[in-house]
Amino acid sequence: MPDRNSPEVLFDSSPCKKKNTKRYDLIVIGGGPAGLAAACAAWEAGLREILLVERDRELGGILNQCIHNGFGLHYFKEELTGPEYAGRFLSILEQTGVEVRSGTMVLELTPDREVHMVGRETGYQVERARAVVLAMGCRERTRGAIAIPGTRPAGVYTAGTAQRYVNMEGWMPGKRVVILGSGDIGLIMARRMTLEGAQVLACVEVMPYSGGLSRNIAQCLNDFDIPLYLSHTVTEIRGKNRVEQVVVSQVDKERRPIPGTERVFDCDTLLLSVGLIPENELTRQAGIEMDRRTSGAVVFEDMETSLPGVFACGNAAHVHDLVDFVTAESQRAGQAAARFVQGGTAEAGPVLEVETGDGVTYTVPQRIRPDRVEKGCGLFFRVNRVCGESEILVRSGERQLARFRRDRLAPGEMERIILPRAALDQAEGRLTVSIREVDAV
Amino acid sequence: MKELVCIVCPKGCRLKAEGPDSITGNSCPRGAEYGKMELTHPTRVVTSTVRCTGGLHPRCPVKTDRPIPKELMFEAMAALAAVDLTAPVRTGQVVAANLCGTGANVVATRDL
Amino acid sequence: MYDVLIIGCGVTGAALAYELSRYQLKTAVIERENDVAMGATKANSAILHAGYDPLSGTLMGQLNVRGSARALEICQALGVPVRQCGSLVIGFTPEDRTILEELLRRGRENGVPDLRMLTGGEARGLEPNLSPAVTCALHAPTAAICSPWSYCLAMMEQAVLRGTGLFLEREVQGLERLPAGWQVQTSQGPLESRLIVNAAGVFSGRIHNMAAPHTWSISPSRGQYYLLDKSEGARVSHIIFQCPGTSGKGVLVAPTVHGNLIVGPSAEPVEGEDTATTTAGLDFVRAAALKSVPSIDFRASIRNFSGVRARASTGDFILGEDPEAPGLFHAAGICSPGLSAAAAIAEHLTAALEASGLSLTARETLPELTPHPLPFRALSPAEKAALVARDPAYGRVICRCETVTEGEILSALHGPIPPRSLDGVKRRTNAGMGRCQSGFCGPRVAELLCRELGITPDQVLQDQKGTQLLIEPTKGRCPRDAR
Repeated sequence: MPDRNSPEVLFDSSPCKKKNTKRYDLIVIGGGPAGLAAACAAWEAGLREILLVERDRELGGILNQCIHNGFGLHYFKEELTGPEYAGRFLSILEQTGVEVRSGTMVLELTPDREVHMVGRETGYQVERARAVVLAMGCRERTRGAIAIPGTRPAGVYTAGTAQRYVNMEGWMPGKRVVILGSGDIGLIMARRMTLEGAQVLACVEVMPYSGGLSRNIAQCLNDFDIPLYLSHTVTEIRGKNRVEQVVVSQVDKERRPIPGTERVFDCDTLLLSVGLIPENELTRQAGIEMDRRTSGAVVFEDMETSLPGVFACGNAAHVHDLVDFVTAESQRAGQAAARFVQGGTAEAGPVLEVETGDGVTYTVPQRIRPDRVEKGCGLFFRVNRVCGESEILVRSGERQLARFRRDRLAPGEMERIILPRAALDQAEGRLTVSIREVDAV
Repeated sequence: MKELVCIVCPKGCRLKAEGPDSITGNSCPRGAEYGKMELTHPTRVVTSTVRCTGGLHPRCPVKTDRPIPKELMFEAMAALAAVDLTAPVRTGQVVAANLCGTGANVVATRDL
Repeated sequence: MYDVLIIGCGVTGAALAYELSRYQLKTAVIERENDVAMGATKANSAILHAGYDPLSGTLMGQLNVRGSARALEICQALGVPVRQCGSLVIGFTPEDRTILEELLRRGRENGVPDLRMLTGGEARGLEPNLSPAVTCALHAPTAAICSPWSYCLAMMEQAVLRGTGLFLEREVQGLERLPAGWQVQTSQGPLESRLIVNAAGVFSGRIHNMAAPHTWSISPSRGQYYLLDKSEGARVSHIIFQCPGTSGKGVLVAPTVHGNLIVGPSAEPVEGEDTATTTAGLDFVRAAALKSVPSIDFRASIRNFSGVRARASTGDFILGEDPEAPGLFHAAGICSPGLSAAAAIAEHLTAALEASGLSLTARETLPELTPHPLPFRALSPAEKAALVARDPAYGRVICRCETVTEGEILSALHGPIPPRSLDGVKRRTNAGMGRCQSGFCGPRVAELLCRELGITPDQVLQDQKGTQLLIEPTKGRCPRDAR
């Protein structure tokens, strides 16, 4: 910032830190599916002074714009749309005494769990908490992150931004669309924009496999005869004011465009569905240890971060494929936060480091305290390639602790295993999770 | 033989269909049912929005309360374009009955 | 009849308008785009050069040092972000060292203060992330980083507050001599002025050709850049140049005043205002930057862009009255160090205008300078609390990556030169400049533009004319969609 002595900026200093005010048991940062589940679970576990802070005007987070169905099959055992899924949790929340501050953005979390927040109605406040749950969600990767060459016209949107315009604002960002990336939001938007009268010309995926769920390929692309170009990417954007054309090229095994394979699409819009990145500016600022693989905080088995009493869950911890898993994970975080506040946490004991072996890109948790695991410890991970029938192997040193079979593994789908406490007790120092494709005979 | 991807749940089972009554590859009974329907009479739940005034947002999300014939999806969208809601709207409220003669109702999927 | 009509509202035109606004003159600036700073001013390295590059005896050599010093003063007075972080030109070989010594000599001739040669080790002492292959460096502590569009905007805003006219979205189509001045044909009818200043950037050759025989030309040269997230913003603390080659000052790595890292530019001849980026150009920039600072994490890239510099066939700035067209003054060929020199170019031209008969009488009273207030995010907690208490709009955070509030956006929308687009708001407030690149705040800023400018969503622009964000409402057009 510039050195400045402008009189404009010298306001009366008024104390914003309330003296002798109450300390919340728990502050949950973020009112999307993760924050809602964590707050409700903490209430259920007996905490009574809970504050839920949401920056938007309403709770529910990204679910509000995910108007398609397919949510809740695991958790509610029925198929719900995003707003319905959020609505179920809002009803549960209403039955609790959780205090909600919407339209309020957290600006800072200090290592001693002071939370600075600002809102139009609520003003600038500093609140103290015995425990904090980080549930800020994630953001989308943008054009700049993947360096697509060409001009910079209007008409290039991330799929989620387009989803907001179409589903919540009621405006179409374009009529002839190419989608780069086959992540689920991109696939869902292919169907959505088609139904709203746009022509979706192609979905282009740089990898040799889709990044989204198979059923979304079936019901969002195949149902509407939208071609999916695997091992292709957008190599140029053309157009001065609005997008006029995009050039799509095939890529080789190293994902480099192959000259001579270019095809040109006349379109007015390019949607990007090229990955999600956990939002963790507050986490970093608080000095919490981060994991480069997840872009989220390093967490223990109960979602506690390296800062005691601060927990992370949902897409802020790692990008999930299904909201049902966000809910389950966030409930664990909420329960653990309650235990922390209530003083019911078992001694930490030894810590196991979970390492990624062959084929595994990340795991959550990254650390396990076996003494705090009751029967079993759920472990999420993702794989780096598509595999047929496979085994998931968990080792500690030379010793194999557990083995799981899967018919199929794919990077677009999160995997979950449960490590029995008995297996954890045999581990020393570190665990390695790897996959091995079973040879087709 | 026809190969299908089951869309009943996120698992996305790969179904092999010799005929409507000979589906394999499913891991639950709903998958077999889906495979049979898909071969004989494919249906889909349609989710979309309708205009709404007086609420927090200018559109209210809606869905058909049961699957409708796949070939009627665009006709259903045209019918939804004619719907005008006024807040307050409650989740589950019927905003269009018997959509395109399918027997399916269109219901709001949020409070607005 | 205007006394002076300036064509083009980039940093050169704005600096001149600001300089002339001190005098009792009827002045206006005419700009073809819908905002100021829409050409090279918004897409460059954002550096105020120390001034050792240009050959002494050239206008560039003469005006760089003075211009950078003035820019620093003006930025500080107007509340424009600027930071004198110093620069290092690094060398890897004995040949490079020879070049650095030449730069040192030129710098001393041009009056650059405090230049000194460093060993590789000394350079790494200042910049630990420099390549171990660096063997020598030229340190220039006066080099600075700034926000070029804020600098341009702030000067033009002050000029407007002092009565200077600003015609946006008005393109010059022809120039005709009058007995005592010029008539300027524009897309919205003619304007008349005694004197004309051509500050049209890459189009200055075209303006010149409207009035005078072809004596020089402009060849646009494109530079491509990476902008990286704040996580890379502290990778270097100085501006890191490589030894200049034939095509420019080479690829630099520098912090920005907004806390990001900027890397670039390439240098390629292009046609007109072609600001596309290319794989080859970006690959070149990336490879060159990694040679200087091997640890840059390009995964943190948040934006690529390119700018077109107006390089004159004469190799120097072209400043002053056209010998073939009395009353027509040029400020042309303003490529690097044009941003640095802008304020000195303005002084130089003002003197030239005076020399050819423009009488400069200082205005008796000048409206007080109204510096831009510090952005919300830069305030202390107590200041933030006080501001929100005074105006709740400052409590609503619109852009979460950069913590930009509704209050700041409203203030920009009702400022002396209101923005008309998402990018116009971004240039004034930083909303949308962060790592999500307006994915989250875009719809909210669009909503504010609709509300405050009284327009419908399909009229909201991303940037220049024709860059509509949205096409049509879903569910058919309906009167009540016109909010």
